[in-house]
This record gives sequence, structure tokens and C-alpha cells, in this order.
Amino acid sequence: MHADPTGVLAGAHFMDGDHACSEGAMAAGCRFVAGYPITPSTEVVERIAERFPYIGGIFIQMEDEIASSIAIQGAAWGGIKAMTVTSGPGFSLMMEHIGLAAITETPCVFVDVQRAGPSTGLPTMPAQGDMMQARWGSHGDYEIIALSPNSPQECFDLTIQAFNLSEKYRVPVLFMMDECVGHMIERVVIPPAEEIEIVERRMYGGPKEGYQPFEAGRDLVPLMVKAGDGYRIHVTGLTHDERGYPNMSVGAQAKLVQRLVDKIRLHADEIVQFQEHDVDDADVVVVTYGITSRTAIPAIEQARAKGMKVGHLRLVVVWPFPEKRIRALADRVKAFVVPEINLGQMVYEVERCAAGKSKVILVPHGGGTVHQPKDIYTAIEKSLRGK
Amino acid sequence: MPRTEVKIGGFGGQGVILSGYILGKAASIYDSKHATMIQSFGPEARGSACSAQLIISNEPISYPYIVSPNVMILMSQEAYSKFSPELASGGTLLTEEDLVVTRNLRKDVLHYSIPATRFAEELGKRLVLNIVMLGFTAAITNIVAADAARNAVKVSVPKGTEELNLAAFNKGFEYGLQLLKKEPVAAA
Amino acid sequence: MAEELYDIEVAVPENPIESFLRMDRMPHIWCPGCGIGTTVNCFARALETSGLDLDKVAIVSGIGCTGRVAGYVRLDSFHTTHGRAIPFASGLKLANPSLKVVVYSGDGDLTAIGGNHFIHAARRNLDMTVILINNFIYGMTGGQVAPTTPIGASASTAPHGSFEEAFNLPFLAESCGAVYVARWTAYHVRHLTKAIKEALLKKGFSFVEILAPCPTLYSRRNKLGDGLDQMVYYKNSSEIKNGAETKSVALDLQGKIIVGKFVDKERPTYIDAMNEHFRKRLGDRYIPSDENKEPNPCLERKSRSAASAGRASF
Repeated sequence: MHADPTGVLAGAHFMDGDHACSEGAMAAGCRFVAGYPITPSTEVVERIAERFPYIGGIFIQMEDEIASSIAIQGAAWGGIKAMTVTSGPGFSLMMEHIGLAAITETPCVFVDVQRAGPSTGLPTMPAQGDMMQARWGSHGDYEIIALSPNSPQECFDLTIQAFNLSEKYRVPVLFMMDECVGHMIERVVIPPAEEIEIVERRMYGGPKEGYQPFEAGRDLVPLMVKAGDGYRIHVTGLTHDERGYPNMSVGAQAKLVQRLVDKIRLHADEIVQFQEHDVDDADVVVVTYGITSRTAIPAIEQARAKGMKVGHLRLVVVWPFPEKRIRALADRVKAFVVPEINLGQMVYEVERCAAGKSKVILVPHGGGTVHQPKDIYTAIEKSLRGK
Repeated sequence: MPRTEVKIGGFGGQGVILSGYILGKAASIYDSKHATMIQSFGPEARGSACSAQLIISNEPISYPYIVSPNVMILMSQEAYSKFSPELASGGTLLTEEDLVVTRNLRKDVLHYSIPATRFAEELGKRLVLNIVMLGFTAAITNIVAADAARNAVKVSVPKGTEELNLAAFNKGFEYGLQLLKKEPVAAA
Repeated sequence: MAEELYDIEVAVPENPIESFLRMDRMPHIWCPGCGIGTTVNCFARALETSGLDLDKVAIVSGIGCTGRVAGYVRLDSFHTTHGRAIPFASGLKLANPSLKVVVYSGDGDLTAIGGNHFIHAARRNLDMTVILINNFIYGMTGGQVAPTTPIGASASTAPHGSFEEAFNLPFLAESCGAVYVARWTAYHVRHLTKAIKEALLKKGFSFVEILAPCPTLYSRRNKLGDGLDQMVYYKNSSEIKNGAETKSVALDLQGKIIVGKFVDKERPTYIDAMNEHFRKRLGDRYIPSDENKEPNPCLERKSRSAASAGRASF
């Protein structure tokens, strides 16, 4: 299925990551956005507010992030693709509704333009401190998908992917930008609509009698209907059975939660996405995501120039984590170097998968700016010392 | 062209950010180069110090912030005192002649200045001084081709002001070319 | 003897409201003497006579005893998070304006944790009907103090009695811009049914407050008897005052209850205001959302007739 040309601003643009994210959403077919102003994400909704009246979309600035993060779910059940956008403190406020979207299997996209925290922190400066919050922020067991762009071009491209994944698996997809990528201006090439692949919601159209809205087939993803289609569905944040009815039993809980988790875990190979460079002969692999995947490049090049065998693995999809790949690499590399603009988050995932087989070295950064390549270089050098 | 870092400084309201945007657009959209612009965000309002950072390169740009700017375009005294010490040795310093007194001018940089505000006023609108500066920059440095910059100016300025802005660009450009025919001012 | 009685086969006529209920979910969770079930009955009868296409009616609840209503009515129904029924309903309505969206929830849910959403939805005049069951207490969690608990009443988290001023909900709703505001009690089933029907057919943010007994956690704790005693109180202490000034209808512990239709006025809804504004500003370049292009003729017609009927009744 190709994109609806109405929302596609085809051409080459010099555009910041926030605006590129808006364009990606519009190209993906998003026609409902609810948001609340918060730096550094505000430009995303500003552009949406400007452009939506021309393309048949509805933007509403809600009273807070809590309202925004559930209004999009109402809109999704109303039958359209929806997104909300926030940053730091607003992301914290949205956590409950990530869980609601997970348990009600509501396709929707949450954009988080990360800034340094905790709390109000550094509103106009970058960080990558929300990565574990993205994964675990809502209570209970569930799985989500998260992507991490490293350029305005990717803010466009991967926002489309975020919507596509959200529709395909009926999960909230978290789009983990950061202030640097959000405010950075670069060339963004928007292809013509017919070159943009769009995943449309898989709707149920069968008989009403005996219809069970949460009964999934082999792919574990139930077909959806929308309000007003005549199926008279019940959708609840309580543990429920295939009919959507609350069921307060241990069995129903086990069954539902297992499926919510499995529909992502068992499809992890299809969802996981990473880029590798020079890992084949590598003694050390630098594992990065987001803007850090760019700041690491000069460090890796410098180390390579000095004869160190350094490879680069960059996560595009951050959650689910590419466990298999890291495990396989851990069998043969001496070390992983993990630069993050936080004091250690994804590094624990690398450690978990390396399982003691290779060293894992964190290059922490408290946020406010990005790493200096020399910090990453020093860590690469250090990782090759010793055993 | 290897990675070239550009810093533009002035006060709010001079069109500092727009200048960076137009340069970046010229390079990345009309000149098949790569350009990365970082806006400096802060509680900056009209009249206070403000800057734009731009990297232009023939290769994809990895590290997005400027480390040691090769080109500086400065349009206020405050920007001069604050930023000019950061200019790389051998770099090019472009200043607005009437707004910047180049006290303690560094001996290891090339310096060129232009009375851009005066030219802009002669063209009828003081606001276009930033575009005069851009024309000047295109003439003195090789960071962007003049035609690419003209294209970027045309599509980036408010509708109805294209002619005025192009005239401003050309004024700065011509002045730069003439200046280059003479001896460079600084450069030890 | 008892067993014999059970053996007697009696043809039980189907309750006419059964078709509105998910009978496969009965019995419900509400306590004996609780007023919520009565209000659902009124809601069902109001729907029945409203002429609305029930496939196009969606109900949204928050959390709490009243929050369970969504699960029992055979409509597209959404049981959301605590306090957030209104913003969910807002998204649903904006995405699909041909739906009639009803929010059915409790006083704590809608006016404490959800209070911010309540006032903003009323301000925007989002086209939805909000039915609020006020039992003066948090029932589901065990009788804690609510923004509606009258001064002097005892609650599990106000064991020495509440000393906070309670909300006067009709006044709050009107102040924020609701176009239809009524209050009835679980005793006034006929009036209530009529009010819900009017609210359903009203275009814009319509609000019906319903006082309902919570014998388990409110009236017994406050030595006010059981559900029936509360109904007697409603009967004896209610005064019907249509058109009453909402600022004069505050409630106090076992005091007089002013009921009636207080507000019925016209104001552009959010969607109408949006469409009109963008058409004016952007002309032909404005593209309304797909669902937004053709107003539902049934709802249009109904709401106009209801509105004129509403004005006439004053």
C-alpha cells in the first residue's frame, strides 16, 4: 500500500528533525495528533497544527500530556492513525497510557524528543536518558517497539516505520528522538507518495455474531474494528478474555499477558533493525543509537587509522533489543564499547547479552550536549588493553 | 570540500538563524554538498546575542557540532568579542564594518569586512543586511556556489521580497569580488 | 418446600432493557441498594426513545463503580484509565464525528483525578454527553473522601468527617461552558430518563449529574440508613427547580437537593467552530477530515428538534 499523496510533501528540504518527524507522520497517514507544548518537541506539533487543516487532519492541543496520550487512543478506535509528541516530563506523565495502549492493543505512536533530566533538567539540551523508561515505564508486563533516529532524514523515514510497525503489531511504538536530532537541520528528501510503503490497519469485516475482538490468529495480533462499525465491542484496561470482557482470573491474566509479550518477542527477528560497519574482523564493537551513532564515527575512524580493529553496531530499532546479534558477537569480540548520553541504560542490555564473554565498557555522559569523539576513542583504546 | 565549520553571530532580529539556514540550504539542496545546522537555543530575544552553527562538507557529516570554526560571519560587537577567539587559525573572519570594531584583531586569520547595514539601507531595507553578508560570504569563501546561494535566498525569504533580497545578495557579492582583487586586509 | 418452589416454571417476560445490556456479563458487581443500576435503566430507556442508531453510540467510562457501566451496556464501549474517560472520548469524537459519544463515570473519576479534562472539554464544547453518578464517595476503593463529599460526612480517609468544601457540579459545568446541565437523583427515574434523552440529543457538551446511594460505604458509615433510606431522603428533600441559578444548587449533608434542568443553551461545538474557522481562514484550501465532511443527518435533525424542545420547556 502506498502513501496518500495529500500528506506527502515530496521534494528535497532543509529541515529540522522535529519538522521531519511531522512530515513522516503525515506521509504515514497520521490524521490525528494531540499534544501539549514542551521543549524540545514543540516544533513537531507546531508544524502539524500548521499543515493539518490542508490535509484532512485534526490537531488538538490538550490540557496536558496525560490527556494527549489517551486522546490519541480514542482517535485510533475512531478509526484513524494517531500520534502524540512530548519530551522528558511529559513523557513521564504519559506512562500509564503506554500501558493502556499495550493492553488494549491500540496502534499509536508516542514521540519523545529526549532532553536531560531528571525532572525539568535541561529543557533545550539533549540526552538519551529515557531509554529504559521507554521499555519499562508503565507498570506490569508488556512489550513495546522503540526506534531511534540519528538525523532529520531518519526522523522522516523512521516515523513512517513507527506507524507501520504500530499498525502491524497493534502496539504503541515509541519514537525516541533527542534534542540534538530534533533541532538539527539537514537535507531531508521526501520521496513521492507512490514510493512510500504504508501498512494499513488490518480490519475485521466478518460476521457480527460470535465476533471476538481480542481473539488472535497465528500471528498473535487480533484484527481490529472501530467504534461505529456495529460490532458493539468492549475495550478495557482490565485483564480481559478474547471477547474483551474483564476476567479477573489467574488464567486469563497469564494468557493475555503472554500473548501481548509474545506477539513482539516471537516477531523480534522481523522487528529488530540495526546497522553494522566493519564488525567482521572487529576486536571491539562500538554499540550506539540515536545521535551517538554519529559522534562515535570520528572516534572509530581514528582508531581504525591507528590499526585497531573496531566495528560499529548501531541500533535503529532499540526495543526489542538485538539479543541474538549481540550474543553472537560476544562469542568472538574482546569488548563492546557503549557510549550513551546517560549514565548507563542500554549498556545493561549489552552486558546481559554479552553474558561475561566479552568486556562491556560504558562511555557515560550526563547530558546537555553530545559526546566528544575523543571520549569514545579513549574507551576504545582502553577496551583493547589488558587481556 | 573538506568539513568546513561556519559560525554566524549577531544579535536577535538580524536574521542570524535565517542566514545559517540559507547557507545550509544552498549547500545541501542546490550545491549537492552535505550541510548540518545546529540552532543555538536559549532565552534569546530581539537584541541579545545569538548564533548559528553550520557544517558544510562533501562527505556525510558525522559529528554534528562545530569544534573549531573555519569561517565566521559576525554582525555585532558582542558576537565579535565572544566568538572570534574560537576561530581556527588560518580561518576567515567576515565582519559587518560599522557594527564591529575589530579590536585586538588576531594575526592568524584572514579578515574581510563590509558595510552591509549601509548597503542594506541604500537598497531600502535595513533588514536585508544578513543577505548582503551572505553575498559577501559567497564571494570571499568557497563554502557555497553563488548560484546555489541565490536559489536558496529566493525560496527562503518572505514572498514578494525576492527581488530585494537578491539585489542585497548581489551587492554583497560584488563588493566581495572587488575586495578580493585588492590585497587581503589581514593575514600575517 | 423450597426446592419445589424452584421447580415451578414461570415464563419470565424479557425485561425490555435487556437488549441494551450484555446479559452474558450479568450479574453485575454493584451492591444491593446501589443506585448505579437504576441510572443504567434510565439510560437504556432514554437511548431507546432517542431514535439514535445504537451502532453509532459509543460509551466511555473511567475507573470506579460507575466506571463499570461501559462494560455492561451493549454498545461500543471503552473502559479506560482513572479520570481519563473524557480525553479518550474527545479523541474518539474528533476522529469519528458521526458517533454519539457518552461518558459515564463517577464523581471522583470525573471531577477529582479527571477534573482538568472535565473543565476543558466543557470549555471547548466538545460534543459529548457526560453522565456523572455522584455517590459522594469513592466506592470501588472503599469509601474514601471525594471532591463531592459534604462537609461533616465521614469517609475512610476523613474518619473525623470532611471539612473540605465540596464541588457544586452543575455550577462548575455551567461556568466552564456546558450547554446542557441537569441534576436528578436515582429516585427521579422519569425525570432522569427524560433528562438523559435531552442530553443525548443535545449538540455540544451536555452534563447530567445523578445523585445515587452508596449504602455500603457512604450512607451506612454516616448512619443514614441503607439504599432505601437514601431514596426516601431524595424523595423528601428534593425540590424541582428548572432553570435554577446553578450557583444556588450546592449540596450539603442531608440537606435540600435542588434538581431540574438548569442550563439548555446553544454554542458552537468544537468541531463546528473548527470547521467554520478554518473555512473562513483558509477557504477552499481547508480539507476537513474524512469523517468530518458530512455531518450525520440523523444526529443533526435530532439535536435541532431537541434543542428547540429544550428552550420551550423553560
